[in-house]
Amino acid sequence: MAFRSMLFERTEDNINKLTPEMPDFFVDLNLDQVINTITASRQEEYNLKPFFYTSLKDIDAIKYRQEIMRDLENKTLFEHIKSFGQKMHAMRVHLALSEGLYQKYNKEGWFLDAAEIYCDAVNCLVRDLSLLVLKSRGFLAFREYLMNYAKSERFTSLLTETKKLIADLSAVRYCVLIKDGRVKVRKYESEIDYSTEVEKTFEKFKQGAVKDYRVEFHTDAGMNHVEGQILELVGKLYPDIFLNLDNYCVKNSNYLDETIGDFDREIQFYIAYLEYVAILKRAGLKFCYPEISNTRKEVYDYEGFDLALAYKLTTERSSVVCNDFYLKDKERIFVVSGPNQGGKTTFARTFGQLHYLASLGCPVPGREAQLYLFDRIFTHFEKEEDIKNLRGKLQEDLVRIYDILNQATSNSIIVINEIFTSTTLKDAVFLGKKVMEKIMQSDLLCVYVTFLDELASLSEKTVSVVSTVVPENPALRTYKIVRKPADGLAYAISIAEKYRLTYDCLKERIKS
Amino acid sequence: MKAFLMYKDRDFDPQRKLPSSERALVQDLELNTLFNAMALGDEFLFKVAKGAVLCGLNNDLDTILYRQNILKDCLKNPSVVRDIYNIAVESIEGEKKRYWGIFSKSPSSILYNSIQLLQIFVDTLKKLRTITDEHSEKFESEGFTALFAMLKKELSDEYFAIVQNDLNVLRFRDGVLISAELRKGNVGANYILRKSQDKKQSWMKRIFAQKPPVYTFTIHPRDENGFRALSELRDRGINLVANALAQSTDHIRNFFTMLRTELAFYVGCLNLYEQLAKKGEPMCFPLPMVRDERRHSFKGLYDVCLALIHEPRIVGNGVSADSKDLVIITGANEGGKSTFLRSIGLSQLMMQCGMFAPAESFCSNVCGSLFTHYKREEDAAMKSGKLDEELSRMSDIVDNIKSNSMVLFNESFTATNEREGSEIARQIICALLEKRIKVFFVTHLYEFAHGFYEKKMENAIFLRAERQADGGRTFKLVEGEPLQTSYGEDLYNRTFGTDD
Repeated sequence: MAFRSMLFERTEDNINKLTPEMPDFFVDLNLDQVINTITASRQEEYNLKPFFYTSLKDIDAIKYRQEIMRDLENKTLFEHIKSFGQKMHAMRVHLALSEGLYQKYNKEGWFLDAAEIYCDAVNCLVRDLSLLVLKSRGFLAFREYLMNYAKSERFTSLLTETKKLIADLSAVRYCVLIKDGRVKVRKYESEIDYSTEVEKTFEKFKQGAVKDYRVEFHTDAGMNHVEGQILELVGKLYPDIFLNLDNYCVKNSNYLDETIGDFDREIQFYIAYLEYVAILKRAGLKFCYPEISNTRKEVYDYEGFDLALAYKLTTERSSVVCNDFYLKDKERIFVVSGPNQGGKTTFARTFGQLHYLASLGCPVPGREAQLYLFDRIFTHFEKEEDIKNLRGKLQEDLVRIYDILNQATSNSIIVINEIFTSTTLKDAVFLGKKVMEKIMQSDLLCVYVTFLDELASLSEKTVSVVSTVVPENPALRTYKIVRKPADGLAYAISIAEKYRLTYDCLKERIKS
Repeated sequence: MKAFLMYKDRDFDPQRKLPSSERALVQDLELNTLFNAMALGDEFLFKVAKGAVLCGLNNDLDTILYRQNILKDCLKNPSVVRDIYNIAVESIEGEKKRYWGIFSKSPSSILYNSIQLLQIFVDTLKKLRTITDEHSEKFESEGFTALFAMLKKELSDEYFAIVQNDLNVLRFRDGVLISAELRKGNVGANYILRKSQDKKQSWMKRIFAQKPPVYTFTIHPRDENGFRALSELRDRGINLVANALAQSTDHIRNFFTMLRTELAFYVGCLNLYEQLAKKGEPMCFPLPMVRDERRHSFKGLYDVCLALIHEPRIVGNGVSADSKDLVIITGANEGGKSTFLRSIGLSQLMMQCGMFAPAESFCSNVCGSLFTHYKREEDAAMKSGKLDEELSRMSDIVDNIKSNSMVLFNESFTATNEREGSEIARQIICALLEKRIKVFFVTHLYEFAHGFYEKKMENAIFLRAERQADGGRTFKLVEGEPLQTSYGEDLYNRTFGTDD
């Protein structure tokens, strides 16, 4: 099969369908942080974000990428591809340099250099890939393409001409005689090195190390008009070589193969993600390739974590708490309650992130995972509380959730975090139950973070999970989320103790 | 070019790390008095004297004798030596005033300044050469002979001519010829200054040979950027030669600095010698013996520092302590014990750095290091704290000491009662002796001194400060059994009466 792309096996999934804008739920799930970090050093050059903004809707398309990811987990291949990318980068830098210059031979010199780097990049990749066992459809097809390209007349003649010109130019030697404002340029005639001779004269005084008086000269890629004039005259001294250079540049102006160029960009999607993963793996965290299904909603993930949080904690050298979750039989909805700052939101984000990343064909946090291929993800997260705008906010909450429920299909995923906090408890329970009913009706996969215990066990579709505290010291969070009936009491007491508001405490504190 | 007046084969390093015992030695032996006498108010001489004396403990016998011979030459030709020293001083000091170019950034100005400076150095070197020609035959020592021979050989008239020629060529009256090649982007690189082919040699060939093409262009007189670019190009070409010349000035300056530094020691010795000679104090070149021998015999040994500050002539001591490891000195207060101990330390340091000794004759084995452990009066505030302090200093010494070293104790371990002090001292001294360390111990600890006397050791000698019957002191030490002075008991008895 002919090679098309490292990201899309079939043309119908192709580049035209890429989403240039960040999906709405990115901010709520902190996926914006994740993707920004992943693409940070590459965005300008490769514009990878659209790839990360576009989720796949087809299981085989996901597998196509998973295979490539797995191939790239081979360190040797990964390093080879990286070094290919670095060379292509260097090539582009030199091309841009060449374009910005005006002295003809100077310009042509950098163009020649760019072409040399390109030839080297291709040749190295040919050699590297031919030595490796590849399994993915993507890499196998690309390798075949690459091998054929390397043997093509187009490439081989580029290579030969480039090498010859570089050898010829590096053999050029000339002399300049500077006297006042006059410059003479001629070929070098084996005149002796005068610096060495002077050094010899004074050698007898040498005692130990002394200061280095050499002045460091900044070497520019371009040249001033004096250097330019000299170079022009050097061109006259060696007319054949420079004529060849002129012809070469005209002939090879479009030397870069389009498919190779695309490969260079697309493969960065994988490299970028895997480099990010590697940082977390070094901290002992696990990643796996999830099983993806578009029918089975009994999802699970063991030892999962929030990528954005884990990355932050890892760079601060703090440890990361992992969590397990599973839904079985008719269970569809996690109702997360428990003490604040206990990892509830993190749990909700993790659930959303895992599904999204899986739909990109990426390995996801966790030891083992089964995930659902959604059509859309919706999130509704509590924003900063604003007392001045009480009514407006509740209304806004309702409108937003209404929209979500209208757009969602039974294949969608909804992540809700603490809504209806801006009203009375009674109202909140009422509204919460209403929303929950809708979600249950549609058989949606959902994570619902709430302070309302009443929502935790509405039906067989809901699973109550609770953030936990250390039993001996209730003020300490474990950041573990466990399946357990919601009982506000346990942690309410612990918080009361922390503020010395228990019965015993109050008896002591309140003076008679 | 090397002066090599301190060591046969290497430079003297005045910055060398001083021994760990430096502070104690300077304080206990009053070394600053010695250094001041050598320096006569000159800071540089002081620094060199201090470094040379304190680091002398590392010298081997050859180095000591090498310096003794050079010093003998200096004593014979003091004015020539001082002349050479002054030339070195002038060239360095004078240059400091002129050498403003060191801060310069461009190779052109570095080169220009270096040429100016070298011109001055060349003149100084010529002066040195003249002195060599006039006086070299008056010197006999290996060190001076080698120095003068080196100056004659290296600073020949032909050599001065070559240097002068280089200095002329480097003014580039015919322009600067630079070779180059092309690097990435066809940017010129590897600029190397070239010497134009000799024109005279091949004029015939030049006429008949096919002329290689030469292309020329001229910068417009008002093109400032062009001139700037051209001078940068020129700078690239002369970068290395400017560096070579600037480094050469550094090297020549270093040669003068070395010459000055090494001569400074001998000038210091001359200064000291002249002061002592004026007082009529005897001086001799000591006879150093190898480390593992045990020799210490001298006549008329006096404390050179006391002699320098004390008007009347000092009483010298004569002792023959050959094959002894332990010298215990006891006796009356103010009987000259401390002075004697100091003269032991001073003479040892002076001998080992290659100087003369303050004695009529002096012979001793060299020691690898020298330590002093003196009672520190100023720390008398708290007894227990003082013993801590004493023992901690002792422990520092032990950290640094090796076999064939020497330790001078002055009333050590008295911060406790006599029995304990004696026991501490006894244990320490026994250990030091077993490790072949030579010990001089001035003490009032009778139990300690007497204990060793009782042992009748072959390698111990006991000296006593003389006290005449009328209480007068002679400041002479004589060999004798430690005495248990009983002033205290007498006083007690006199006050309380005897028990019976």
